[in-house]
Amino acid sequence: MNQIQYISHKMPYLPEGPCTGKLIVIEGTDGCGRTTQAYMLRKWLEVQGYGVMDTGWTRSKLVGQAITDLKQGHSLHRLTYCLMYATDLADRMEYQILPALRSGFIVLADRYVYTAIARGIVRGADEGWLQDLFGFAVVPDLVFYLRLGVQDLVPRVLEANKMNYWESGMDMNYGDDLYDSFVAYQSALIEQFDKMAEQDCFVTVDARQEAEVIQKQLRRVVGQYLQAPPAAAAG
Amino acid sequence: MNGLTKPHQYSGRLIVVEGIDGSGKSTQLQLALRYLQARGYSTFFTEWNSAEMVKKVTKKGKKKQTLTPLTFSLLHATDFAHRLVHNILPPLKAGMIVLSDRYTYTAFARDVVRGVDRQWVREVYDFAPRPDLALYFRVPIEVSVQRLVAGRAQLKDYEAGMDLGLAPDKVTSFKIFQSRILKEYEGISREYGLSEIDASQSIGQQQQIVRGLIDEMLAGYDSRLAPQETVA
Repeated sequence: MNQIQYISHKMPYLPEGPCTGKLIVIEGTDGCGRTTQAYMLRKWLEVQGYGVMDTGWTRSKLVGQAITDLKQGHSLHRLTYCLMYATDLADRMEYQILPALRSGFIVLADRYVYTAIARGIVRGADEGWLQDLFGFAVVPDLVFYLRLGVQDLVPRVLEANKMNYWESGMDMNYGDDLYDSFVAYQSALIEQFDKMAEQDCFVTVDARQEAEVIQKQLRRVVGQYLQAPPAAAAG
Repeated sequence: MNGLTKPHQYSGRLIVVEGIDGSGKSTQLQLALRYLQARGYSTFFTEWNSAEMVKKVTKKGKKKQTLTPLTFSLLHATDFAHRLVHNILPPLKAGMIVLSDRYTYTAFARDVVRGVDRQWVREVYDFAPRPDLALYFRVPIEVSVQRLVAGRAQLKDYEAGMDLGLAPDKVTSFKIFQSRILKEYEGISREYGLSEIDASQSIGQQQQIVRGLIDEMLAGYDSRLAPQETVA
């Protein structure tokens, strides 16, 4: 049986033990349809009888609210910004993700370390530092990247009325115009995601397609993976 | 980044004190502050765990006892980063002498004893500039316990490492916990070349050594330096 794998640093106090669950991550910029896809995937998996637990970004009991509050005040420095995200993920990892993986659940993560790393890099944090910082996290079994170019992203976000201060990266003074800032910020994020997708072998999906079409692709990959995970197939 | 292993580029100077609870480091730093002020230096004092933003969360986590070694470590790193950006870097860039009661080494010792990976926690704090003078007050555990018990009535739960379940009573738990921290400090001191001071000596004797080290460190420091423009 598989052991839980950590990206680069296993905390010595965390118990060893078999991992019967799977961690599936859905990544992508704002407005790419992640949440919808995660919801559809969850339903599909549950119909097949899999136990599913989802975990979302900044939803930890410990600091979820604090992050929301701090963003209201716009007083986050890039270092504290990254460290708060790390705290949020660590809390969710220990109280949600690890217990679920140990008891055989499929964990669906709406955003994961890659979002934090991309946002950190764009804000000028050191890439190597970010990778070490998030090295405590569990290695996902599958990472989907719902890719949208910035030109497709803009109308979606405007329609949803979600072009806000943080998603436009206004904390970085790209310009005082929300639109220009949004385009510059999201383009920089997409560039980072593209790079990581190549390095870490994400399953990249064209997010311009209809939700049902995207979902079909996700299901095919997940279905294949659950039948014969690469590690098991190789062994 | 390797912040902690190479000299910083700021015109100010950074002095930090480290040691277990009851080592007398805060007293020594206070006296050093007076010394520097009396000599006309522009100084700035800062201590660990003072940032409001994280205090609330830490308090909540401690109260509900939901903090794990990992989240405990990360929250303190967040707090430290906030303090660095708001309290330490500005005076350092302005050419002042910054005195810090505890620094990253506290986290290296405490968090590792709580069970966090030794290398990881060093990497997490890699954004911190290296102090110009890092004083480590080494004291036998019996002396520190004696000082603490004489000085204040109650040991705090987290200070005594009660969350680790080392012993049912606070004093015993404190002794075990602090002995482990002491052991970590020994390794840290060698690794980072901290200036060790025998903290079982009298306050006056120690301060004399401290002032000698400060004078040495200040050679070449120009307190009249105009605030410089630096790259973050």
